[in-house]
Amino acid sequence: MKSVIAENLVKTYDKGKVCALDGLNLDVEEGTVLSVLGPNGAGKTTVVRILTTLLRADSGNAQVAGIDVVNNPEKVREVIGLSGQYAAVDEILTGYDNLVMFGELYHLGKKQAVVRANELLERFSLTEAAKRPIKTYSGGMRRRLDLAASLIVKPKVLFLDEPTTGLDPRGRQEMWGVIQELVKGGVTLLLTTQYLEEADQLADDIAVIDTGKVIARGTSDALKKQVGGERLEVVVEQQHIAKTMEIVSAVSGHTAGLDEGLRLITAPVSTGSVALFEVLKSLDSAGIHALDVGLKRPSLDDVFLALTGHVAEVKVEEKEVKK
Amino acid sequence: MRALNDIYIITRRQLLLLSRVPEVLIFSTIQPVMFVLLFRYVFGGSIDTGQPGGYVQLLMPGIFVQTVAFTLAGTASGLAEDMKKGLIDRFRSLPISQSALVIGRTLGDSLLNIVVLAVMGIAGYLVGWRPSSGIGNVALGFLFLLFFGYALSWVGVLVGLSASDARVVQNVSFIVTFPLTFLSNAFAPTTGMPRALQYFAEWNPVSTMVAACRELFGLENQFGATAGSFPSEHPLVTSLFYMVVIMVIFIPLSLRKYRNYAE
Repeated sequence: MKSVIAENLVKTYDKGKVCALDGLNLDVEEGTVLSVLGPNGAGKTTVVRILTTLLRADSGNAQVAGIDVVNNPEKVREVIGLSGQYAAVDEILTGYDNLVMFGELYHLGKKQAVVRANELLERFSLTEAAKRPIKTYSGGMRRRLDLAASLIVKPKVLFLDEPTTGLDPRGRQEMWGVIQELVKGGVTLLLTTQYLEEADQLADDIAVIDTGKVIARGTSDALKKQVGGERLEVVVEQQHIAKTMEIVSAVSGHTAGLDEGLRLITAPVSTGSVALFEVLKSLDSAGIHALDVGLKRPSLDDVFLALTGHVAEVKVEEKEVKK
Repeated sequence: MRALNDIYIITRRQLLLLSRVPEVLIFSTIQPVMFVLLFRYVFGGSIDTGQPGGYVQLLMPGIFVQTVAFTLAGTASGLAEDMKKGLIDRFRSLPISQSALVIGRTLGDSLLNIVVLAVMGIAGYLVGWRPSSGIGNVALGFLFLLFFGYALSWVGVLVGLSASDARVVQNVSFIVTFPLTFLSNAFAPTTGMPRALQYFAEWNPVSTMVAACRELFGLENQFGATAGSFPSEHPLVTSLFYMVVIMVIFIPLSLRKYRNYAE
């Protein structure tokens, strides 16, 4: 069963001048994680806002948990959880206050709201910080609290809009851990990200979007295959290079390439681990000990470049920062 | 029923915020109290009111009205702040009454006004303010003030939700409220103003409010009944009319803005 369906969503801003969504189609199977991957301005946040009833599409249909978002927004709000790009919690209030307040707004009743708040604080390792105002929290703690707030009543569909944007690497790792736990628990999740690695880590399925349209859809593996096959890589001692190149070329059927500095021999293969095994066997009988050997699949960076003709924006930014 | 519960929770949040940041309460009372003292002792000596009890009798209603008028700024900047932090998105994605957030906000700000007015009333009493109309009328005067603050709070909702930046809100509300409170009979007689301004001052809701409060607190001199116009003759009715008009216009506009604010 599909938990989220979006058909032909169109959304323009500024009286039609800016087109955020240009006939976007999406669906999420119940109990799975879909990552909507795209650079800044691709339309990720707009999709989430439409599906969570915060924004109306100009045209198109959308359903969440079988409920129409336009005709029945109140019902949709009862079954979703949303955690946005900003940690949308009251900074002045404590973590505990925030969760109790949101619990009461979900009509749990005071007693139940308190119980639930404590459970969630415990689960997201925030018990110690529970009585401190949010403004004293680290970025990662704020996001965890925000996530906790979106889980107060177990949502049928959870939306996370760029859950790790702006976090330091440690905060990101923590957030991934938390999300992976949720995924194990069987939540239906739609997650947007501009981090290719994040989509790879967290999602069953990836929808790559660019300029308001889905330009590719599939598992991480399928997308990588779409861009090109795997490459076999072997690193050996200097004296074995010639013989190894011979073996690898024979298995691959293509002339192996060589990076002399790294003593790295590579060749495209289509049979994956079978080719790897053959190469290892041949090397062994030739008495060559490989220092490193592996199958390298194209990265999601390669996928994005191949699909859109430009690299994902975030990568450009990172490079600029390094300069 | 659910809607009422939602509004109650949001209103309580406002009070919780106040208890966590007592500075807000302290500064919202210090400023008007400072005005009371400054006007009372700086201008009080040079303005002849012909009023038993002196200038402070006329001043206090003026300062009360000015203070509740600033509710507009308080509501506006509070909402703009929530918007900036993404809190409004969070609230809008919850299965709650969609107007609960703004209604709760306006009610919370009115509760703050109760505290502020009480503190000011005490400060006024200490510097010689003695309303002579009896407890019932004084209470009615304060109720009037709260109602005026509440009406303006809805203007604040629209300003807060329309602003592109939280910092702009404070300035915009200031630019709106400051001239309104000074181009009035709140602090000095309007008779000294240029003719055109006199008309403005007489019809200004702040003036009618001040005049209404003076009446309810048992004063005769209204600091500017020069033109003998309707608002200066019937300040209570005119003020009530203004408040109703403000609410009839701004409550639907603000609620609509809130529902569509992302568009």
